[in-house]
Amino acid sequence: MSQIKIVNLQKSFGDFTAVKNSNLKINDKEFFVLLGPSGCGKTTTLRMIAGLELPTSGEIYLGEEEVGMLRASERDIAFVFQLFALYPHMNVRNNLSFPLKMQGFSKSEIKERVGEASKLLRIDHILNSNISSLSGGDRQRVALGRALVRRPKAFLMDEPLGTLDAEFRELMCLELKKLHIDIGATTVYVTHDQLEAMSLADRIAVMDGGEILQADEPNIIYNKPKTKFVASFIGSPGMNFIDIDQGISNEQSTIGIEGINFNIPKQFEISKGNKNFFGIRPENLSLTDEGGLKGSVFGVEYLGSRKIITVKTNVGEIKVKTDISTNVKLNENIQIKPSNDNIIIFDGETDKSLNSEFMQ
Amino acid sequence: MDTSRSYLEPSSFSKKIAAAIIIVYTVITLIPISWMVMTSFKNVDSAISYPPEVLFEPSLEGYVNLFTNRSRQSVEYLDSLPAPETWYEELVRSREMVITGPSKFLGRYSNSMIIGFGSTFASVFLGALAAYAFSRFRVPLKDDLLFFILSTRMFPPIAVAVPIFIMYRKLGLGDTHVGMIILYTVVNLSLAVWLLKGFMDEIPKEYEEAAMIDGYTRLQAFFKVVLPQAMTGIAATAIFCMIFSWNEYAFAVLLTQFNAQTAPPFIPTIIGEGGLDWPAIGAGTTLFLLPVMIFTIILRKHLLRGITFGAVRK
Repeated sequence: MSQIKIVNLQKSFGDFTAVKNSNLKINDKEFFVLLGPSGCGKTTTLRMIAGLELPTSGEIYLGEEEVGMLRASERDIAFVFQLFALYPHMNVRNNLSFPLKMQGFSKSEIKERVGEASKLLRIDHILNSNISSLSGGDRQRVALGRALVRRPKAFLMDEPLGTLDAEFRELMCLELKKLHIDIGATTVYVTHDQLEAMSLADRIAVMDGGEILQADEPNIIYNKPKTKFVASFIGSPGMNFIDIDQGISNEQSTIGIEGINFNIPKQFEISKGNKNFFGIRPENLSLTDEGGLKGSVFGVEYLGSRKIITVKTNVGEIKVKTDISTNVKLNENIQIKPSNDNIIIFDGETDKSLNSEFMQ
Repeated sequence: MDTSRSYLEPSSFSKKIAAAIIIVYTVITLIPISWMVMTSFKNVDSAISYPPEVLFEPSLEGYVNLFTNRSRQSVEYLDSLPAPETWYEELVRSREMVITGPSKFLGRYSNSMIIGFGSTFASVFLGALAAYAFSRFRVPLKDDLLFFILSTRMFPPIAVAVPIFIMYRKLGLGDTHVGMIILYTVVNLSLAVWLLKGFMDEIPKEYEEAAMIDGYTRLQAFFKVVLPQAMTGIAATAIFCMIFSWNEYAFAVLLTQFNAQTAPPFIPTIIGEGGLDWPAIGAGTTLFLLPVMIFTIILRKHLLRGITFGAVRK
């Protein structure tokens, strides 16, 4: 096992730049998730680490070794594909032994390692089955097994749960987490599903447009997003943004919206321009009788234990997450206000969050 | 309204009609072939008798004539010879002839085999490599190249017969096996590339990527993972290539004469006494039919899937 480091990594396909000047350090034994919408460059980054794509420029380190230009087979990594990519003409046992045979292990060693991996993944009873007779979950277990037997420096997974149905996905998610705790292998995992990312990751890197926007622990990604994109992409629904037509000065701690002064965390950074954004998560807003932002109820969604109320105000639609007991009718006039000071101001020119007492 | 009738499934009546049409069609197409096979088992007299004989006494004379050269001799000379040792010598003697040696048929037939299988193998092999490259790599001007390859199919190959004839004479490729293999491969290659590219596109690239991560080189992954997956396409492509090069007549007449002449230009030239030797020609064409037939039967389960492949998006 070892750490992975990418330095100034760049990948272009013709005129299109898939990955822009990326830097990342993935620690030993870490479960690291690359998260982003499709086309954001997360899979390309993973494929470059694996050696399935060559970088246009930049370096990739596996442990101490620079591997950017090495063949995939020379990097000592294992890759789990979304489509499993099990060899269809081999049975489960042969699929598991194949990478070991290629590396010239002895028969007894292969048997031992295949036995060990299949027990760990609970597929020892289907070792002699054909791939085509397996369920999606079992196929994914075999694909994991094929990665596991090699005891590689790192596991790379490209949306391995993407093709499973919801029920299986949750189950496999738990199993993956448990497996990672058991074997403690450095893992890089690509997904577009934020729930998967949140529940699996030690750290998450959020990517968009070929850039890594933020790499942090899940709770920091959620609570202290560094850019507007991260704030809106993470969370369901994402953060509310209210346009504010004023500059932010140092030490500022209130802000006027629609003639009402709201307290904000003490700001430590001056905004670049006079167009900025006031960001607040739906669960940090609540209904109030007076002194709040006025609006009318535009829609109500039930989420089991919570309710999401969409409020139409003069500054745009704002989503509020409330208790299920809150009763509002469509088109009812209500007022909303922040229930705590988890408020982030984003600079309108850079889309980055400004430093404040809360963001520290 | 009759609810028992399905608008998706054909009714049993229309199925019967379809079956009847197919049977009639099959019989019609099989008439010339069965007539050819029958002719090959007739003797020289019954082959040209009028009205044509449908029931006749089978004879192997056609096959004997196909494989031998004979000369007519006087009855006195024949009487002076020792008794015939084999059944075919006896057959020839009954026609007052003796066998003077083997005919050229076997040589022409093996030329057809060498050139047919040789060019099929070359087309499929080169086609698979090219198709894989077009399917997986970022080839500059990919679409233009593919269109160029296809465009070589847009005129009948024989349209370029004269330039090829002159070129082959200058290059010393005329009347050689290698020359004919190259020619048929060139004609077949566009078909092979296009057909196989479709099949390669359908094979997820993750298969060979997994193999490459597990220790194969790209070339090993191609041969051991991609090719077995593409077997259906390869079989279908091989059959199409084989049928073309096996049956090709025009270039064979033009470019081959002695050394590399294939069976198609040779068979019609089998001349008996006082005209064409129809039973021998029938025997030649019957034997000529066999290899492609056997080849197609062996690969037929791939062929059906191959022809309909890609018709429906999975």
